[in-house]
Amino acid sequence: MRFVAVVNLLSRVLVLFAASMTLPWGVSILLDDGAGQAFGWSLAATFGAALLLWLATFRERRELQVRDGFLLVALVWTVLPAFATLPLLLSIEDLSFTDAYFESVSGLTASGATVLEGLDELPPSLNIWRGLMIWLGGMGVIVLAVAILPLLGVGGSQLFKAETPTPMKDTKLTPRIAETAKGLWLVYAGFTLACIFAYWVAGMDELDAVMHGFTTMGLGGFSTHDASFAHWDSPAIEAVAIAFMLVAAINFATHFLAWRRLSLGPYRRDPEAKAMLLVVALSVLLVAGYLYLNGVYDDFGTALRYAAFNVVSLATTTGYASTDYGQWPIFAPLMMLFLSSFASCSGSTGSGMKMIRAQILFKQLFRELLRTIHPRIYNPVKLSEIPLSNATVFAVLAYVFMYSTCVVALTLLLTASGLDVVSAFSAAVASLNNTGPGLGEVGPATTYANLTDTQTWICSFAMLLGRLELFTLLVVLTPAFWRK
Amino acid sequence: MKIVILGAGQVGGSVAESLVSEANDITVVDIEPQRLRALQERLDLRTVVGSGAHPSVLAEAGIEDADLLVAVTQSDETNLVACRIAARMFNVPRRIARVRATDYLANERVLGEDGFDVDLSICPEQVLTDYIVKLVEFPEALQVLDFAGGKVSLVAVRAFAGGPLVGNPLKELRRHIPRVDARIVAIFRGDGSIVPDGDTVIAAGDEVFCLAAAEHIREVMRELRRMDRPVRRVMIAGGGNIGLRLALALEERYSVRVIEHNKRRCELIAARLGEALVLHGDTTDEELLESENIGEMDLFVAVTNDDENNIMSSLLAKRMGARRVVSLINRRSYVDLLQSGQIDIAISPAQATIGTLLAHVRRGDVVAVHSLRRGAAEALEAVVHGDRESCKLTDRRVDEIDLPPGTTIGAVVRGGQVIMAHHDTVIRAEDHVIVFVTDKKNLPRVERMFQVGVRFM
Repeated sequence: MRFVAVVNLLSRVLVLFAASMTLPWGVSILLDDGAGQAFGWSLAATFGAALLLWLATFRERRELQVRDGFLLVALVWTVLPAFATLPLLLSIEDLSFTDAYFESVSGLTASGATVLEGLDELPPSLNIWRGLMIWLGGMGVIVLAVAILPLLGVGGSQLFKAETPTPMKDTKLTPRIAETAKGLWLVYAGFTLACIFAYWVAGMDELDAVMHGFTTMGLGGFSTHDASFAHWDSPAIEAVAIAFMLVAAINFATHFLAWRRLSLGPYRRDPEAKAMLLVVALSVLLVAGYLYLNGVYDDFGTALRYAAFNVVSLATTTGYASTDYGQWPIFAPLMMLFLSSFASCSGSTGSGMKMIRAQILFKQLFRELLRTIHPRIYNPVKLSEIPLSNATVFAVLAYVFMYSTCVVALTLLLTASGLDVVSAFSAAVASLNNTGPGLGEVGPATTYANLTDTQTWICSFAMLLGRLELFTLLVVLTPAFWRK
Repeated sequence: MKIVILGAGQVGGSVAESLVSEANDITVVDIEPQRLRALQERLDLRTVVGSGAHPSVLAEAGIEDADLLVAVTQSDETNLVACRIAARMFNVPRRIARVRATDYLANERVLGEDGFDVDLSICPEQVLTDYIVKLVEFPEALQVLDFAGGKVSLVAVRAFAGGPLVGNPLKELRRHIPRVDARIVAIFRGDGSIVPDGDTVIAAGDEVFCLAAAEHIREVMRELRRMDRPVRRVMIAGGGNIGLRLALALEERYSVRVIEHNKRRCELIAARLGEALVLHGDTTDEELLESENIGEMDLFVAVTNDDENNIMSSLLAKRMGARRVVSLINRRSYVDLLQSGQIDIAISPAQATIGTLLAHVRRGDVVAVHSLRRGAAEALEAVVHGDRESCKLTDRRVDEIDLPPGTTIGAVVRGGQVIMAHHDTVIRAEDHVIVFVTDKKNLPRVERMFQVGVRFM
């Protein structure tokens, strides 16, 4: 293990992160909203810490091995939120470190669960910072580092895999990992600009448009208003949000290819995107019909409008709300939480166990069924005509088993700490899927501020676990990882 | 430079490895996903699974905007077809193919423009055979390399106490052999390298790289070590592709024995060979070696396709009295382990063959490249163009040139005449300059020196 070399890389990523604080700082100075000093000091502290770490370790420059990659990714994702708390702690009174860390983790993992109340009164620069965290974390800090810093040459692809694991698609988009990372970030940034513009045209003011552009493309769900999208109550804005949430939930590799070849072919050939759109569309209709039949809304049109926005928001693991869907009959919100655990595509900014794993799992299920009928059948699991190796299928099975274990364990932990079952279960699922709001005490109308410190830490951990797709974080916690 | 490599075997893998660090965009194609995964885990490149001869696979590998195709799969036919398709369908400017069958090489039209459109064909087995033949001719050398079409030789020798120059400063060389113009371009001592000047003293055990006109090699080597008696008897372990070529090349001048364990193969090579003796048996069979007078052998060459077998049979032969043993070793870690220990010369096939390819990838007008010391150092021959304004070399004295550290200009070939470079030698346009680079890191700077500034073209 080359711990020192890993810390050296961490210090470089930290410099990058410090640099990102200049955006909210600039906004703060421009608007003179009172948070300028907080950002100035935070930037200085983060940069200083990075410099110290760098000075202590710069002699050690080695190529990373697979193990070191996991360690670096785990370190980046636990250390960065700690520094991200600085602006929050310095400008919001009575905010505990526990809550600030939760808010930062929620931001960087693009979850969108908040502990803050009175968002409308927050300095605008602080809201920009919350949005920016989601945006950076959505596509991945490491991917950004690989794209910008010429430091992660060979180890880069290992890091890439550790931060954005997918069951397949090992093939790179371009020969060089740095080029791939750059391409992904460019596409991401392009869509974000389009999204900000669309929000502005649809009626948001500039700051809200920027902040929501960030959180929509990062599929985060932070808002500048306690009422989230209910604040505007505008179908146009909701339509823009739905469109861009769906865009962000598609694999960015597909976007990249489509943009490079200037054709829609890649979308048509992406089985995951097709499945996602189909599942989401059917679910919207189902929920809308259910709400209408249960008399929640008087006409189907209104039911469809609310169902569409909230189902897409949760299924893509964003976490916006245009109404307090916690008041809906329990089937609807449960269904939406369930969707969030698998609807978004791999390589998107969404979380959960990803559509591709659900598809593979589903096909494996049918394969077993067929096998009981035709004992001598040879039917490999295929995805868009390509047969998958059993190793891939096993990895997916292991992942899904791990995922369920985590849900159960987290629910039990939260229940043990005193939360009621519905809140505990929904908080566990929503955190693990990086969705944001759950139900009950952590529902869309309230915040996670009601949780005790222990519960908050559990949820912070769950969000990190979900963002790094379980194994990256868990492997670092195993004794075998540290054994020489 | 965008490069597509077909084949992720030993050749393809080492080509990819030596090119990936030089700011090239590399895509490797192979039908075996396993091999590709191993490569991708180690190197920053893209891999595509599929047959290299299929247009769709080539397209997926980004052949449309590739600058170079290197087709080095196991199959000649795949390589040839891929070159043709790359040339005709995708307009790839340069195409290199590995071609083993001499039938294809015999007729120019097969590889030419109305044939398979191959710019350069390489045959690793032939390159290795040439390499080993040189070692038979110069048994004292570690390696002998040709430049300027064979006019200049670069020879690597280990200095031994007893050589007249060992223990003396280099400027003595002139006095010792006044007729011969030679230049010592690099000295490797332990793990480090020394850039030699007139006062550098050669110590016993140094690996010395020396440049001289081909006919003077022997005299130069004599300065560095006691000369052995010339080779007369050679035993070749392994009658495969390389073993057979080697036996064919040597059998008329030397007494050659080939050991091959496969009976069918024995029949085949016995039919091809005239003078050489073909022995059926195991290369590590002590009794066989004993009965064939291994103790009398001047050179034992292990060229089976199995590293461990080559190593064991070489060690055995050495212990049983063979004067000098040479072994083919693919695995790099084994080479480092065994070179200059009990095995006199460990040859890494990948390193030996990569030079021909590298010459085509380098920027500037590069004629020949030889990869040395397992890829850490490189000797290259390039043509100087332009004038004093546009090129950093033209019309300058050698001591005026701003060379990267660890780089030496060894010799200049001007109109067929070899001139050893001294501090006052002036380099002219169209000269072939032979440069020795001890640290691969500095290669891009050396390449840039040979490039003519764009604004003056």
